[in-house]
Amino acid sequence: MTKIRGNAASVSFEHVVKTYPGVSTPAVDDVSFAIEAGKLVTLLGPSGCGKTTTLRMIAGLEMPTSGRILIGGGDVTQLPATERDVSMVFQSYALFPHMTVMENVGYGLKFSGYSKAEATVRARAGLELVGLSGYEERLPSELSGGQQQRVAVARALVLEPQVLLFDEPLSNLDAKLRRQVREEIRDIQTKLGLTVVYVTHDQEEALAVSDRIIVMNKAVIAQDGSPRELYDAPASAFVADFIGEANVLSCKVESVSGQVAKVSVGPISITTPARGHQSGPAKLAIRPNRIAISPAGTKNSLPGTVGKATYVGSHMEYVVETASGSLFVVSPDVGAVHEPGQAIGLVFPAGGPVLVD
Amino acid sequence: MRVESAVSRLHPTVVLWLAVGWVGYAVLPWYGVDGNFFSFFWLGEGYPFEEDVAPALFLVAQGLKLWLAPLAILLLLPLLAWGRRKNDPFFGKLLIAVGALGLAWMLFQGFGIGLRGWRFGWLTMLFGELEDRQFGMGYGALLTACAFLFLFTLGLAARGAVGGDVFVVGSIGFVVAIVALFVFMPILQMLANALLTPDGVYSFSAFAGKFLSAKLWSLDCLVGGRRCGVAWNSLFLAILVGILSTLLGLAFALVATRTGFRFRRLLRALTVLPIITPAFVIGLAVILLFGLSGAFTQLSATVFGTQPTRWVYGLPGLLIAQTLAFTPVAFLVLIGVVEGVSPSMEEAAQTLRAGRWQTFLTVTLPLMRPGLANAFLLGFIESMADFGNPLVLGGNFDVLSTEIFFAIVGAQNDPALAAILAIVLLFFTLAAFYAQRFWLGRRSYTTMSGKGDAGVHARLPTSLRYALYGIVGFWVALTVVVYATIVYGSFVTLWGVDQSLTLKHYHQAFDVGWNEFGLHWRGSAWGSFWTTIIIALVSAPLTAAVGLLTAYLLARQNFAGKNAFEFGTMLSFAIPGTVIGVSYVIAFNVPPIELTGTGIILVLSFIFRNMPVGVRAGIASMSQIDRSLDESSLTLGASSWQTFRRIVLPLLRPAIVAALVYSFVRAMTAISAIIFLVSGRYDMATSYIVGRVENNEYGIAIAYSTVLIVVMLAVIGLMQLLVGSRRIGRRVSNAPGGQTAIAGAG
Ligand SMILES: Nc1ncnc2c1ncn2[C@@H]1O[C@H](COP(=O)(O)OP(=O)(O)O)[C@@H](O)[C@H]1O
Ligand SMILES: [Mg+2]
Repeated sequence: MTKIRGNAASVSFEHVVKTYPGVSTPAVDDVSFAIEAGKLVTLLGPSGCGKTTTLRMIAGLEMPTSGRILIGGGDVTQLPATERDVSMVFQSYALFPHMTVMENVGYGLKFSGYSKAEATVRARAGLELVGLSGYEERLPSELSGGQQQRVAVARALVLEPQVLLFDEPLSNLDAKLRRQVREEIRDIQTKLGLTVVYVTHDQEEALAVSDRIIVMNKAVIAQDGSPRELYDAPASAFVADFIGEANVLSCKVESVSGQVAKVSVGPISITTPARGHQSGPAKLAIRPNRIAISPAGTKNSLPGTVGKATYVGSHMEYVVETASGSLFVVSPDVGAVHEPGQAIGLVFPAGGPVLVD
Repeated sequence: MRVESAVSRLHPTVVLWLAVGWVGYAVLPWYGVDGNFFSFFWLGEGYPFEEDVAPALFLVAQGLKLWLAPLAILLLLPLLAWGRRKNDPFFGKLLIAVGALGLAWMLFQGFGIGLRGWRFGWLTMLFGELEDRQFGMGYGALLTACAFLFLFTLGLAARGAVGGDVFVVGSIGFVVAIVALFVFMPILQMLANALLTPDGVYSFSAFAGKFLSAKLWSLDCLVGGRRCGVAWNSLFLAILVGILSTLLGLAFALVATRTGFRFRRLLRALTVLPIITPAFVIGLAVILLFGLSGAFTQLSATVFGTQPTRWVYGLPGLLIAQTLAFTPVAFLVLIGVVEGVSPSMEEAAQTLRAGRWQTFLTVTLPLMRPGLANAFLLGFIESMADFGNPLVLGGNFDVLSTEIFFAIVGAQNDPALAAILAIVLLFFTLAAFYAQRFWLGRRSYTTMSGKGDAGVHARLPTSLRYALYGIVGFWVALTVVVYATIVYGSFVTLWGVDQSLTLKHYHQAFDVGWNEFGLHWRGSAWGSFWTTIIIALVSAPLTAAVGLLTAYLLARQNFAGKNAFEFGTMLSFAIPGTVIGVSYVIAFNVPPIELTGTGIILVLSFIFRNMPVGVRAGIASMSQIDRSLDESSLTLGASSWQTFRRIVLPLLRPAIVAALVYSFVRAMTAISAIIFLVSGRYDMATSYIVGRVENNEYGIAIAYSTVLIVVMLAVIGLMQLLVGSRRIGRRVSNAPGGQTAIAGAG
């Protein structure tokens, strides 16, 4: 029985710039990163930040204006898409409407030196992998959205590419399918040990599937790290807010000693990792669930008034007005409800607030 | 693995083109041979040593035509790329240098040395008298030139042009080369020749005088004068015909694809009739019907007592004849577009609470904009360039194309005037071309996305449907009457004089007999008939291929100079056939390219006259196929050539049929260009028919036209079968039970 194997290779960008002709600002500006073989890495960012452009440069569908692209350690900067060992699953799936499912999946095999019999066996194996055995003779128009998506994945997989690319693969699916398909993609990726680069603008999706996330903003990389790192230690206010929700407060770094900074926010003062910050005004990001509500006047607490209280079943959500601005707070304590208008104190536990750019 | 691992000693593409180059240089006769090359008679004429049939290598080795020697060196140089990879800078630079030098040298020697030694005074001054001379280049030279061209483009691709794509760069190079050679060069030569005064000097004042003359630009008719300038006449007629034929074509396309009309297959066949008729035959039929002694004129005179007039000669007649003649072209362009509009767009509109009218007006129609614009452009330009109808029907309504013809062949014999009129014509057609692009703007009309399109086309609003039936019905009636007249006329002894029926016209033209050698084609028309069929069969696939390749490059690739490229490929369409004919005679009568009197020149004129239709039809269809389809094919390891063949071409089948049918038919029916290019050996059907008309042998002319129409119908049916229709699953609503079934569209 033929098995579809992984054939993973690393991908790296070295100072890649892409400027579209006739556009003054670059779509991707001096981007460098390295993706290990066998990992699933997500490009995450708001619409228009250059994710698709980056992905298409890996595929060879766009050529960088400057910089180098390496796949498996080899320089592929000048190689056209055909000659790269990279497959891509398009947002629109791009199934060939004049070919059956079987012909679609077998399409790339035809150009990879497989005999006809072998290509058929492989295509069948690919369809089985995505759970579409029995649909060989259908036309794309005779499939549901989710099935079309799987055909697109199978078509890319059977080539055992060095790198597999996904451009917002779930955006045309309904919510329930979305969760299921993204799990399937992740399963196949781990099972075959594929290198996958995955583009999305949905942070939840990114956190759920990725080994690593590269957050992009306005054509540059905002941060690059594991889901945990991005969530717990966002490098900037943008990342903090884009990945999960975060309150961003103005603050002042009073002093820095070694790796630790003393920071004051209004009347309170806390210590937090300095992360390269110097004394002076700065910004502090705090997750809504890392803020504790305590009685007004508690020592070292930020005084505030409850503006809005919402019961959402598993927890309470509060909007608290303080001198430093309004903060969004999530409290697991659904028993003791704080009414709007009530004066309270907000306590930032150690490890909660992070200094960001 | 897709990435080529082993470095072969020499890049296989270099090997290929070097082999082609050496076959051209050392094996095939370098110069053109008299007579059919493919009969290989030249093998028995002293090949390879005799000067007339020798390959270049043998010429040089015998110390003859020594200016061909440098080509041998250039054909050896690519061996320096031995062992080099394609991305090695030396590889690309070497091939660019070899290709460019080779082409430049071939052009230089070709244009520099002619039948009487040096062709330019300064060359004689520089190098002294040349004792030798040379004739037109042949197949050897052709292959060698191709080799240099494609080595050059391979070099460019290796240096990273257009993403390093060898097929795309090669195709661009190929199209640029042939368009330069067979469109720009003849036109430039003709313009240069024609700007000369009869005394052989260039004169700007003479030019300005003719250019600004009242005959061209007068607006007398607006203020009660007798007639307007020729330029205004042409423009007015062309705009009317463009609009009318587009609207009619759209009506037909809608009825044929969007209504449950029962006879739509018949309708489709009927719309094809006018396109397979030489345009002037429709003009003749219009005269037979509405002329002074026409059937309708006589009828209304006897029934209503109206005075027969010559009203049909001039604008009204031209309008009828040209609209009848050019609507089918618009139909062919529009039907692909109407079918291509994604049903899901219309379904989306309907779910957004748009009624049938609103859906039609706000979604269906705007999505057809590229098709409408293209159809108008075609009708406009066809009318501008039409030569046969104004000749037959024009009366006092002079238009540019006939004026050009008379300026050259008439008593005036004033090539300068012809060139000036051609410039005016060119200006109008180019203006239309740019107006079209402006109207389309930068909006995207892509409707065929990569997701297999499921859905059903919206039904047309009822009132619109009946209006369409009405229009189409009237048109059908008119067409039927016109064709009945043509067929009937072919059996009438002498129209208007002796209405008795006879077969003598057919006997005269198409008699077949037996003699001692077997079948004997005795009729007078057979010679031109077979020539026409062969020329049309050769040129149709070539035209479609070049046209669609160009469309692919324009719609799918980005490269420097793309606008100039598009302009160049469309230019030949804007040049009326008359001008093409004259310019080809001027340009290809002397070395380096001697083609007059051959069949090749006819084929070439058809390719470059008709290619733009293939280009436009291809672009219109391609703009409806989402780019991600090509791109996913590329990322799946197919090369751009394979993508073109397996993805783009199959989805373009309607456009291919259109291009094939159109170019075949045009080759069979065109008159304006080929009337200058036919020769005793290669006479064409239309020029033969016009000859009969000139001799007042209407019967035989119409009989011949009838035979042509029947033959074309047969051939077109065959082509349609061969190419098949686009296979895309699309849900089709089944009338009873409302089930969904799957059927090939179209
Ligand atoms: N073909 C193109 N020509 C010009 N600009 C483009 C083109 N494609 C994308 N852009 C621009 O480049 C930027 C990045 O686009 P893209 O990579 O598609 O963003 P994303 O996928 O992150 O939403 C956008 O500002 C977009 O307008
Ligand atoms: Mg995108």
